Amino acid sequence: MAAAELLSIAAFKDGKFAQAFPSFGAERIGAPVQAFVRLDDRKIRTREEVRTPDYLIIQDYHLIGAVPVLDGIKPDGLIVINAEQKPEDLNLKTTARVETIPATEIALEIIGRPIPNAIMIGAFCSITGLISIDAVQEAIMEKFPGRVGENNVAALERAVEIMEKRKDA
Amino acid sequence: MLKQIEGSHAVAHVVAQCRPHVISAYPITPQTHIVEELADIVGAGQLDAEFVNVESEFSAASVVLGASAAGARAYTATSSQGLLLMSEVIYCIAGMRLPIVMTCANRAISAPLSIWNDQQDSMAVRDAGWIQLHAEDNQEASDLHIQAFKIAEQTFLPVMVCMDGFILTHAYEPVDIPEQKEVDDFLPAFKPRHIVDPRWPRGIGLFADPRFYLETRYILHRALEKSEETIKEVSSEFTKAFGRESGGFIKSYKLKEADVVVISMGSVVGTIKELIDQLEEEGKKVGLLQICSYRPFPRKEVYRALKDKMNIVVLEKCISLGRGGILASDVRWSFPRAEKKDRDISSFVAGLGGRNISIDDLRYMVEKVEKEPVEFEFLGLKEELIAEKDM
Repeated sequence: MAAAELLSIAAFKDGKFAQAFPSFGAERIGAPVQAFVRLDDRKIRTREEVRTPDYLIIQDYHLIGAVPVLDGIKPDGLIVINAEQKPEDLNLKTTARVETIPATEIALEIIGRPIPNAIMIGAFCSITGLISIDAVQEAIMEKFPGRVGENNVAALERAVEIMEKRKDA
Repeated sequence: MLKQIEGSHAVAHVVAQCRPHVISAYPITPQTHIVEELADIVGAGQLDAEFVNVESEFSAASVVLGASAAGARAYTATSSQGLLLMSEVIYCIAGMRLPIVMTCANRAISAPLSIWNDQQDSMAVRDAGWIQLHAEDNQEASDLHIQAFKIAEQTFLPVMVCMDGFILTHAYEPVDIPEQKEVDDFLPAFKPRHIVDPRWPRGIGLFADPRFYLETRYILHRALEKSEETIKEVSSEFTKAFGRESGGFIKSYKLKEADVVVISMGSVVGTIKELIDQLEEEGKKVGLLQICSYRPFPRKEVYRALKDKMNIVVLEKCISLGRGGILASDVRWSFPRAEKKDRDISSFVAGLGGRNISIDDLRYMVEKVEKEPVEFEFLGLKEELIAEKDM
């Protein structure tokens, strides 16, 4: 939910309309949860859950076998997965574009805790260009002022760097 | 200032701007973020209020009852089982004419336990004598609280602001949070009518024997009916002061030309509007009538708005078990007997216990009533989960 919240705040800073909400309220650390984000250039009225997303961010690739997380992704959509493997090694049954990034590893190195949010957001925004990295940085620093925020911004920048390199390759 | 903010936090900030003297609440999902934020605001010294921690919702309601009787502006918030536990006090608050404001973060009722959204909780106390206002989005949820204190303190009726749990309380979306001065200018200081004070002992709500009780109910009923004017006035004053429409009795969307009218309340009206626009592009004329004030019920407005509409469908997130749709009953009762003939008023219950209400579900509902009226149906019922022997 924190990632969805940050995405929506960053999109708002970019002048977009954004809506973010969780699907499961009984969140506890470690339990599978879903959160949804909508972006638009006009006021967002609908309240239905996002069942056929354009983009899917999977914070833990272990979920792929445990819950039907790939159901509904648009055939030409984008899936960003926190995984050390390359996309082709995950053997996913989807026509959507798949990108992976070892977000937990990066988080442990830079933030010191296995919190992949900033890295996943960084990868997503870098690939799609939907939300500016500056806005995400600002959103992170507002939510987590001081050291925690700075570390998360550093992790975000690393994710962007990795994705930019991939684009060049 | 326009902010991307969680619904609960927006409500907490606006409630704080209304400067309640006493806040008492017990945490319960999905209301918790509201009172947590208020506790932080009071703790940080940004609001000069007594925040009374209690061991249950029964006590929370009792604390605000006592505070209000002593002349304080008092606020509480709850959901579901919390509201049911409060219910004895809820009736007393209305009977004592105490202008308390409460947020009901709407949630399903046990058993089985469900923390997710529907509107069975506020419905369970609809007859208690409170004004009940339903918010469409988080902007309206915030705005309604400012209006609620004003309405309550002008009518001496308690006001419950209902906002869908999770769908609104936990949603981040843009909300314009007013400046403190704007709220101060709009909401005058609370002038209590009677004050309970130990220096001058008196009691309220004590005892009415059969010679008097009936009249107390008549008076409360009439007061609620009369609050219609205040609700409308405060809503239009709000529009003048803050520059946006919010609250009131009913609202409509593309109603004038509509062949089919959907009636509903709460956050699902946003999804309904989206469907209406889709159907319009396909050449279908569907409109929305939104109930903003559920109690007092806008009977005359509903009738006036729908006099020429012969195909009406009521969608609600609550049920009177053994009877059917509750809002549907209210709508059916809004038409004079002679005008019920040939008028189709279909009834759908949906979204209980947080079941997603998709645009496709709503489209199915509208297309079904276009063909024939539906006496009563559970939208999205999974037949495979139901066995005849269980019923």
